[in-house]
Amino acid sequence: MSRYDRQIQLTEVGPDGQEKLCNAKILLVGVGGLGCPAAMYLAGAGVGVIGLMDHDKVDMSNLHRQVLFQESDVGQSKAAVAKQRLEKQNSEVQFEVYEEPLTIENAETIIQQYDVVLDGTDNFETKYLINDACILTNKPWVFASIYKNEGQLSVFNYKDGPTYRCVFPKSTRENISCEATGVLGVLPGILGTLQAAEVLKIILGVGEVLSGKLKLINMIQASEQTININKRSEEVEKIRKNGIAPVYIDCDLKHKDQWYLDVREVFEQPKPKGKKVLNIPLGDLASRYKEIPNNQDVFVFCQSGKRSKNAIEILKNEFGFHNLKNVEGGIETIIDG
Amino acid sequence: MKVTVKYFGLVAEAAAKQEEVMEFDGTFTASELKAQCLNGLAIADKDSVQIAVNQNLDDSITLKDGDEVALLPPFAGG
Repeated sequence: MSRYDRQIQLTEVGPDGQEKLCNAKILLVGVGGLGCPAAMYLAGAGVGVIGLMDHDKVDMSNLHRQVLFQESDVGQSKAAVAKQRLEKQNSEVQFEVYEEPLTIENAETIIQQYDVVLDGTDNFETKYLINDACILTNKPWVFASIYKNEGQLSVFNYKDGPTYRCVFPKSTRENISCEATGVLGVLPGILGTLQAAEVLKIILGVGEVLSGKLKLINMIQASEQTININKRSEEVEKIRKNGIAPVYIDCDLKHKDQWYLDVREVFEQPKPKGKKVLNIPLGDLASRYKEIPNNQDVFVFCQSGKRSKNAIEILKNEFGFHNLKNVEGGIETIIDG
Repeated sequence: MKVTVKYFGLVAEAAAKQEEVMEFDGTFTASELKAQCLNGLAIADKDSVQIAVNQNLDDSITLKDGDEVALLPPFAGG
């Protein structure tokens, strides 16, 4: 008996639908709270190729919601661990691993190789990047985002339908991730699973795809609402004509004369301006610690305050720094304005 | 006239409510009502907050009695 028998029984699937699933290629950008459950259901359904893209490593604080990962995976590459786990679930699926962020340089080339993109990202820059690259390559993408107990879901650029820029034309600096606000694991579980359902409908060509609509889910209130969205053709045409519109988010820090050390990766945003702001990613500290002043106070920050705490430990214990102070709440707490 | 305003995400948090009924005289467009609702709230980027009237995304509509307005900030988490 076929492993897909229970879904082939459905008139919406059938043998032809299963054939479509087996030939489909789906790219998951971000294998976290949204990407993990989505990947498991797409692998289970027998999608032909699943691209797993994530530059991050598994952290203990991920485990409550990123259901592919186990305690022994902490410190390992999310994309690589996800592939190992999913191959055990379904060896018929081909998994492609990308241990790098989606960038302006690689976005179109990678997305071109897939049929649908599933957005499992946690920042606005990458959402706009996916949106623009999907417009240019003519691919639909399934969007979801979370704020505390609420989620947003939609399918963009599906059959020339509305895009993310048609809902939110302007990008914003208020880049608030689950790390910063907290989230119950079930919420990305629900949203990621709904994203997988939209992907399956797109591939099968059945039912109502959530295009031209923004679904709002409040998990704590047990309420849902759907908002109709129209295409803003001028937003889409701008991208078609000028290519990807990068979201550069810069900011000023509160104390201009103060030394700061930013231990985030170079692509993380917002990017603080100023001559006394050093950007040395956590992984590069050992080779670049000499750039850091050791005779005056230096405030060390990252997105949430966690990596900067690690950085201070390393710099203190291994390189003798005693002038470093951690910015507990992350960059958002020291931005001016 | 009476209009129901629904708040989402960090707007709901800043307003400390999910919903309220607002009563006013005269004519208001959806974006004028949004400006009034967000006035004084701790939201750094008010331009990014979108407006839906009766479940349709549109900020230019002139409001009428019984309308339901939703204020929708973008979410980034995943």
